[in-house]
Amino acid sequence: MSRQYVIRRLLVMIPSLLGISVILFCVLAMAPGDPFAELAANPAIPPEVAASLRAKFGLDDPVWMRYLHWIAAMARGDWGFSFASRIDVDTLILQRLPTTLMVIGAAQLLAIVVALPVGVLAGTRPYSIFDQVANTLAFVGFSLPTFFTGLLLILVFSVKLEWLPMVYRADLNVTGWQWVVEQVRQSIMPVLVLGLFQGASLVRYVRSAVLDVVRLDYVTTARSKGIGERRVITRHIVRTALIPVVTLVALQMPIIFGGALVTEQIFRVPGIGSLLISAMLANDTPVVMAVTFVLACLVVFFNFIADVLYGWLDPRISYR
Amino acid sequence: MNERELRGLIDGVKTGRMSRRGFVRRMVAVGLTAPMATQLLAYSGVAMAQAKSTYKPTKRGGGGLLKVLWWQGPTLLNPHFAVGTKDQDGSRLFYEPLANWDGEGNMKPVLAASIPNREDGTLAADGKSVVWKLKQGVKWHDGKPFTADDVVFNWEYAKDPATAAVTVANYKDIVVEKVDDYSVRIKFDKPTPFWANAFVGTQGMIIPKHLYADFTGAKSREAPTNLKPVGTGPYMFKDFKPGDMVAGVINPNYHMANKPHFDAIEMKGGGDAVSAARAVLQTGEYDFAWNMQVEDEILLRLEKGGKGHCVISPGGNIEHMQLNTTDPWTEVDGERSRLGTKHPTLSDPAVRQALTLLVDKASVEKFIYGRTGIATANFVNNPEKFNSKNMKFEFNIDKANELLEKAGWKKGADGIREKDGKKLKFVFQTSINQPRQKTQAIIKQACQKAGIDIEVKAVTASVFFSSDVANPDTYPHFYTDLQMYTTTMTQPDPELFMNQFCSWEAATKANKWQGRNITRWQSQEYDDNYKAGQNELDPVKRAAIFIKANDLVIANQVVIPVVARPGVAAVGNKLQAEMSGWDNNTWDIESWYKEG
Repeated sequence: MSRQYVIRRLLVMIPSLLGISVILFCVLAMAPGDPFAELAANPAIPPEVAASLRAKFGLDDPVWMRYLHWIAAMARGDWGFSFASRIDVDTLILQRLPTTLMVIGAAQLLAIVVALPVGVLAGTRPYSIFDQVANTLAFVGFSLPTFFTGLLLILVFSVKLEWLPMVYRADLNVTGWQWVVEQVRQSIMPVLVLGLFQGASLVRYVRSAVLDVVRLDYVTTARSKGIGERRVITRHIVRTALIPVVTLVALQMPIIFGGALVTEQIFRVPGIGSLLISAMLANDTPVVMAVTFVLACLVVFFNFIADVLYGWLDPRISYR
Repeated sequence: MNERELRGLIDGVKTGRMSRRGFVRRMVAVGLTAPMATQLLAYSGVAMAQAKSTYKPTKRGGGGLLKVLWWQGPTLLNPHFAVGTKDQDGSRLFYEPLANWDGEGNMKPVLAASIPNREDGTLAADGKSVVWKLKQGVKWHDGKPFTADDVVFNWEYAKDPATAAVTVANYKDIVVEKVDDYSVRIKFDKPTPFWANAFVGTQGMIIPKHLYADFTGAKSREAPTNLKPVGTGPYMFKDFKPGDMVAGVINPNYHMANKPHFDAIEMKGGGDAVSAARAVLQTGEYDFAWNMQVEDEILLRLEKGGKGHCVISPGGNIEHMQLNTTDPWTEVDGERSRLGTKHPTLSDPAVRQALTLLVDKASVEKFIYGRTGIATANFVNNPEKFNSKNMKFEFNIDKANELLEKAGWKKGADGIREKDGKKLKFVFQTSINQPRQKTQAIIKQACQKAGIDIEVKAVTASVFFSSDVANPDTYPHFYTDLQMYTTTMTQPDPELFMNQFCSWEAATKANKWQGRNITRWQSQEYDDNYKAGQNELDPVKRAAIFIKANDLVIANQVVIPVVARPGVAAVGNKLQAEMSGWDNNTWDIESWYKEG
């Protein structure tokens, strides 16, 4: 793969990101709702206040002008400020980022740790009892929506058994080991709900990837050489089978940043997802715009990474 | 009730024939607010009730961590920017007003040394000025003393339009001057019967001059203190994540003895109302949850968990149905429901009366809202159970039929009444919200039996309640025959609240539908009465005027009140927290405590 190719791909990202930002901005500008609706409905606040705020925040300008303002500010690293809290958007996002990375990251990790061995074992022994059980559980896992499993876990572990807290608190006021214990206790349910949901679909991917590889001639060759089954699986099968899985996981990375809207809402995890939801409900356009745009950037970026990775993992794919 | 009867009642309280509480209830039953009733007594020389303190702890601190849930967390902590109650509630942990309103409508001093009154001359006889004496020895969290300069500064800060403070209405028409270090005088340009708007209650919190002086006007957004409040309140700032968390620690130098009880407070945001109720009532993980917009049936079930209970605090919010006086189906100059047009069928008083008879408020209360919505006949009040016998609302399908029949509305072949080729068919809109759709169904059913056809329409809340000029489905446009929503009363005094029926407030295209009179009802009598109330200094006469205002609205069927919506909070069993429908949820946060 040539350096030229990488540079060309990087350059192509610019117009696509611009295009995405234009579409996002237009959609948000056309969406119904008004960040100052609450002000307008309050008789104690004269309409002039809402009007002067609109003027101050530039909401009365035409859409294209607002867009140009926004993109110019963005280029200077100024993300604007939230209408609802009058705080800079980047501060808001950075506040939420650690929690998001911790919870969603742990969930992704759990998904991979569970899905890889289960998927490989199921794939190497297709239609065995283990495969059947794993398959069934995987189907159940990704058929049940997170809002259902989340509530179920809360009912069982918080309400009935009273083992785990149902509200996630970002700043626990304990230190040392106690902090670790508390953190684990409150993370168990959201991480389980998210991790198992994602793990379930990942199991299916890994299994089918392994199934594709397992019957190939080179695997038979490796076996006939007398290498032990364990080595055949780890050195020969898994390595090849993982190529599509790696790209899939890479493409899922932006999700870690975006958070999980539903799960975060259920457990009150103060992540990016809940920030996005509350911003949408409050019609807080700058925050919605920033979060969605960063997400879009990450998707584009990880697409690029996946492409590069793919070429590197599988030299048969060539790029011109 | 007229002025003379009112005076009779007040004399009754003076001579002890009637209890204060009884008087307040009577006033509430005829459509006054509780705070207004208590002010009536104060003016008439009956001292405000000294609510006896039920606060038990004998030392400051020692109560551990207080965990409260606001399912929409505060997003900003500058009280002058506080848009919704959530922000006001959050700011109230750190900032305080001069005085606040308790649940019975009494004004209680906080940063004031006493409540202004006639006896010591702090309340001018001409109604044009009031002097507030400030409590001495109060310190900001950073140790600087709280003085009259701070109070004057808040006025300067908020009245500047460039600051874009949401409190501007309270301050723009007054002049505040320093009398000495511990007293300020508020001057009004005309006699002002309700003088307790500025520096009192929900929007009255005071911010420190020394930290905000450099950040007034256009620079207001840049003040670092916006994010790290420094107030006089019971708790000092610890941490703030907008929408997620407000954390505070005890203020060791708080100006009230033995308060607060808790060593720290944590206000957690996010999630939804039902799970918040669950966390307090069922698992006991939290001590308090705000604004339980949950069906009463679910609340009752959760309360069986035994960890907590619901506290209902009557206020002025009211779910009501509006009857369009203009024609929503004819477009004139790019505007439907235009002021000056006449509704083809709703303009007949008989039809309006019939509709009033067809709203089964008792069933709406019983089957839909339970404790969280109390059937009411009045528009401005918070009736409680014990005065329901005074209320004059009726649900009577036969009577409605009879009325319509008499007025010449005959049933057609399809069972729908008509007259002169005009059918009684109405479009009835509201926001998407389960209890509202159920209420719509109840009303539709009753109307059907009376030969009125109702087409129900439900609009997404974010559209219905927006001020979007271009969207015809918002409530201020009112492009249907009937609509229903809750109007909120943000102040204890009804004057501002009642301007929503003044002719000049009509919502029109010309004012971008910002006028508050949504039904576009025009009444010279109401306008004159309202204007008289604005300048009437004699509180008894003024009270009579507002009772009349309420009567006019109800008697003309401008709106049909459905249920009053009290505040509902979930409170853990050990926590003692007093609620008030006339102030913030956290108005009394310094006195919250847990019993051992």
